[in-house]
Amino acid sequence: MKDMGEMLLRKSAFKEIVMGNTALVRAMVESGTRVVTSYPGSPTPEIATAIQSIPQNKRPFYFEFSTNEKVATEVAFGAALNGHLSTVFFKSVGLNVAADTFVQLSLLNIIGGMVVVLGDDPGANSSQNEQDNRHFAYLSYTPVLEPANPAEVYKYYKEAAKLSRKLGKVIILRLTTHVCHAKEKVSFAEWHQQKAENTPKFNSKNGPYIPLVSSIYPMKEKALQQLGEMETWAEQRKLHTCVNNNNRLGIITSGLVYLSLLEVLEDVSDKPDILKLAMVYPVPKRVIIKFLKSHDEVKVLEELDDELERSIKAIAYDQQVTTRITGKSDIYDWIGEYTPDKVRQVLRKTWPDLIAVGEAISQPADNIPARPPQLCPGCGHRSAFHAIGEVLAEEDICVADIGCHTLGYQEPYNLGEILLCMGASTGIGSGLSLFNTQRKVVAFMGDSTFFHAGLPSIINALFNKHNLTLILMENGTTAMTGHQDHPASGKNFNEISEAIPVRQLLEGLGIKSIFEADTYNQAELRTQVRQAINEDCFNVVIAKHPCMLLFAKKQRKDKGSNPYHVRIDQEKCKNIEVCIQKFGCPSFERNNDGTISVNDELCVGDGSCIQTCPAKAINR
Amino acid sequence: MEPFNIYLCGVGGQGIGLLSEILLRGADHAGLQAKAVDTHGLAQRGGTVVSHLRLGDTVHSPMVPGRKADLVVALERHEAMRGADTALKDNGCLVYFNTVLQPLGVRLGIDKEVSENLLNKSCKARGITVYKVENEKLDDPRMQNIAILANINKNSLVPFVKKHHLILAMEDLMTGVMLEKNLMIFSIY
Repeated sequence: MKDMGEMLLRKSAFKEIVMGNTALVRAMVESGTRVVTSYPGSPTPEIATAIQSIPQNKRPFYFEFSTNEKVATEVAFGAALNGHLSTVFFKSVGLNVAADTFVQLSLLNIIGGMVVVLGDDPGANSSQNEQDNRHFAYLSYTPVLEPANPAEVYKYYKEAAKLSRKLGKVIILRLTTHVCHAKEKVSFAEWHQQKAENTPKFNSKNGPYIPLVSSIYPMKEKALQQLGEMETWAEQRKLHTCVNNNNRLGIITSGLVYLSLLEVLEDVSDKPDILKLAMVYPVPKRVIIKFLKSHDEVKVLEELDDELERSIKAIAYDQQVTTRITGKSDIYDWIGEYTPDKVRQVLRKTWPDLIAVGEAISQPADNIPARPPQLCPGCGHRSAFHAIGEVLAEEDICVADIGCHTLGYQEPYNLGEILLCMGASTGIGSGLSLFNTQRKVVAFMGDSTFFHAGLPSIINALFNKHNLTLILMENGTTAMTGHQDHPASGKNFNEISEAIPVRQLLEGLGIKSIFEADTYNQAELRTQVRQAINEDCFNVVIAKHPCMLLFAKKQRKDKGSNPYHVRIDQEKCKNIEVCIQKFGCPSFERNNDGTISVNDELCVGDGSCIQTCPAKAINR
Repeated sequence: MEPFNIYLCGVGGQGIGLLSEILLRGADHAGLQAKAVDTHGLAQRGGTVVSHLRLGDTVHSPMVPGRKADLVVALERHEAMRGADTALKDNGCLVYFNTVLQPLGVRLGIDKEVSENLLNKSCKARGITVYKVENEKLDDPRMQNIAILANINKNSLVPFVKKHHLILAMEDLMTGVMLEKNLMIFSIY
């Protein structure tokens, strides 16, 4: 649609083709959500893209990208204590960051209502693991709704918002990557805009809000009681669905896996019955028992871990139900996204006679070169890695962090050999520096990550006098997730804001040794890094260059194309191949005749490669 | 109708999202039920990106099961080869833009570039019909997706979806100069 913003605020009912992430925003509008917060992370950033399509002065709710998921959760929680329906959304591993705050929420009476939208990533499409966040629900007594498609994202959010407000209880809406990004036509209801109520309604009498000593048990008791109410509610609202094929075999499943299952069953004549759960925690006992009792054999088909299987088997044991229950067959059932092909494999292990072998090939042809993601043409990180790689010795240890610069671990740079999560590089580097006088330790970190989770480990390195060099890759934006602004960008999601200067912040912490270079100036960067790693202290090199993808996009928008390309002067070229073998910009191509040339489709004309050619054969 | 599966693939940055969205909306204008899903995130940085598009009343999952695509649309030659191998059914149809963005291994001299010859040979062995689209009239590589779209239309590669449906879809998604430019490319190819 041309005008997504207009559509999201349309008063009348309508149908439109939307992504799950967009359907969610319409649900927020219709539900009267007042405060929404986030930290960018795939598969959820397009929720913010949809929000941004609504002009700020027409936006019926406040939105911010907070510095990290924990802060975002706290902002949403605080707003809800004043009576505003709030929502926080982030990616799977974002919940680890938010966890300290999140696990408390279900103990508290959140009068405005609060929905936590999770973008889990089975298949680890854009994450460092495929963790199953349903575990957090069990840990914190928080109900979880799992939609299967954009229409259900819209429906379930509205249900979650309504119930959350009614009970003052936090609810998780758990999306997965291909629910967030699936597109289909969704029917939206009318929007009756309510007058905004701004009076701050916080009252400690609605609490207790201090979970300490004697108040903890009653708070926990209430949280557990409310789980029972949630279970009943989901039944009354008829959210769970049962597909009755009059079969003695049954399958219990939820979310997108349900659609994969229907796909596989298309060519099965004797289709098992299906129970699709909408709320997967608390596990609906009555619904499960009824389904078990009416079948001889039930397969629990669930993506990632075996939470449902364990709960359902426990329920059956307690109720002395003798239905045969099967879940995961082997460890491979725990791994990967449950696409139609995967579901076929999983089901075949249980019912080989029922489910046919699929068409999918197990081994892709081996003569097709892999195409791993790359740093973009003109990326400042490439120029930095090229320079830094020349300074470091083979045995030195480099620690990576999350961001575009993580891609430095690949050929031809091989920089960044260990990766955990956001902001972890300095801490890991500190540990690697202990008892270590032989091998230099270098940690990489991006600027958005620096604000997100990087500061505590930097302060620790100072406090405990660790000996390593942190290279702060400052590109001025949160690049990997789609160029969201961060505290040093000089603007937030809504307006201009004072940029928090990275260098002064480091100086203010008392870091005596700070180096700085534009990464396009490789000679300068080499000098700075060489000096830094030879010092005996914790120091920082700020390796700066604005994100070129952002710059090149703007340039193409303004001028229609990139005004420059580099060329290789074939007369001067001595086939040393630094450009293609070591610098590795994707714009350089290998020709059949052994020459190297430049692909104009890719080259943005930045010229950061020119300095790398020993024969001075690259020019612009 | 029987499900009709389209699998689109290319390299991050080539504009596969727009092409997929035009086909999705075109199918909707033709009165077909349609579901789609795109790659977002990490792979968009120069990696392989794919988009699944499924048409028909008995389609459930937005993802095309392995080797069940009736049509593979590729914006690059290596991805054409990969897409045909993993997604396309035997005797299916491949339409691709004959440009090459060399994968890392080819640039490093470790892997061999996929040649037209190799692609044609492997397609022939599986009875795949190949439509090759080339670059002659395009000065802006970002229009390659529309050149492909024009070819899909010209050869009626998607059942029930006609030229006017695709134009309506383009009008849904673009305005002004961008729309004009794209419509022009669409009409000359």
